[in-house]
Amino acid sequence: MIFDDEPTGGDMLPMRPGHTSPGRLERVLRAGGFAVTTELAPPDSADADDVYRRARVFDGYVDAINATDGSGANVHMSSLAVSALLARVGYAPVMQISCRDKNRIAIQGDILGGAAMGVCNMLCLSGDGVQSGDHPQSKPVFDLDSLSLLQIATTMRDKSTFQSGRKLSSAPKVFFGAAENPTVAPLEHRASRLAKKVAAGAQFIQTQYVYDMDRLRDFMRRVEDLGLFEKVYLLIGVGPFKTAKGAEWMRNNVPGMHVPDALIQRLAGAEDQAKEGRQVCVDLIQEARSIKGVHGVHIMAYRQEETVAEIVDRSGVLEGRVPWHPNRDLNFEGNSQ
Amino acid sequence: MYSVRRWSVRHAGGLNQFYNGLERVLVVLAPLWRLIGYNRLERPFAFLERQVKGLLFDCKMCGQCVLSSTGMSCSMNCPKNLRNGPCGGVRANGNCEVKPEMRCVWVEAWTGAGRIKGGLEKIAVVQLPVDRRLEGRSSWLKVVRERTEPPKAEAKK
Repeated sequence: MIFDDEPTGGDMLPMRPGHTSPGRLERVLRAGGFAVTTELAPPDSADADDVYRRARVFDGYVDAINATDGSGANVHMSSLAVSALLARVGYAPVMQISCRDKNRIAIQGDILGGAAMGVCNMLCLSGDGVQSGDHPQSKPVFDLDSLSLLQIATTMRDKSTFQSGRKLSSAPKVFFGAAENPTVAPLEHRASRLAKKVAAGAQFIQTQYVYDMDRLRDFMRRVEDLGLFEKVYLLIGVGPFKTAKGAEWMRNNVPGMHVPDALIQRLAGAEDQAKEGRQVCVDLIQEARSIKGVHGVHIMAYRQEETVAEIVDRSGVLEGRVPWHPNRDLNFEGNSQ
Repeated sequence: MYSVRRWSVRHAGGLNQFYNGLERVLVVLAPLWRLIGYNRLERPFAFLERQVKGLLFDCKMCGQCVLSSTGMSCSMNCPKNLRNGPCGGVRANGNCEVKPEMRCVWVEAWTGAGRIKGGLEKIAVVQLPVDRRLEGRSSWLKVVRERTEPPKAEAKK
């Protein structure tokens, strides 16, 4: 997919009227496309090539790549750096900002810095508790929560001021998003929480893993009743399981995971569990797509990122569209990678 | 105390009414507070507030109380200090991700909000970032001053 005003890789797209960012993700969503995003696990490394190697497996199959911010409270390369590296060559990164590790002084600085480096999408998160990570002895910051962060971030963009009221000489042009978890307790209040996030400025939502489509449909009905369909783009989180055992482990150990028993049995009964896991993911994507108000999927395939291309391909949701990627010209010339 | 905290949520309606009454009394007495001087009252008020709200709500003395917007469940008891709703990690039984033995303060908040008149509307309002300078200070006096004194920004004009 090449826009008619396509710049050379790494340069910004021209900003369309009514858009808040010069980014690809906002363009795809506003154009009514079904967006596909994914997640890159930042490396435990100081080598930029490790980032590019991890990004390359998604080439041609995703519209944006999330750079997680110390996910699971484990240390990795920072989301700001990963996002900046990705933006430099033209990828559309989604910089995740967690409130766990930084106060508002650091976060506002990162928003400016990220935007200056060409990061057009940022996802405002509360963050996992430090107890779940590799440094449980560290101090959780939580100066802000995801909503007060959204409020500060959108004020920087729309009013061109810091929270202090001090003026910015140039506002960050960013498409701001947030997360939601439609399938965990308190189920009856998840949609109102989403409404609050939209009120605070969220333009798109990437949900946590959704494995229970009935719960998702219930959630979407409430979202529609709250009149949110026209106000926010919803991308549903999905991901493949490698084994039934792994699915069960994740259900018991990863906060916020709801996996129905039937799904685990389906995996357990399969001859090739990994293949079945990918098929489940394809099925989930297709089912999510059929639900009114869903604008895309967010595929989280931790430690099996190489399966994303196949999953997207088989789901058919791109309908022949090939999202832009920096290596496509190389492919056209027949260069090997 | 945890059991008292949960009792307070179950009796959120009554407590909220009591609170409204207390607020009215404190506001009416504003001339008296001004006469004594808010600075002189800060420490005794904060002390009193810490005892009363500490017992009833496990109050963390953030100094900018929003209990009436959170169903009388103090959101600063959330290990992530979330003031706008639960995180995505709430357990299936409604307990906290970080402290598995504790009920999620936001699950509690909605329970309480349902028992307060207008509580479900108030819980839907976005709470702005916390002003950490107010930690340890009296929230009651702050409310009285906000009610009886013009906001500073406007006073300047």
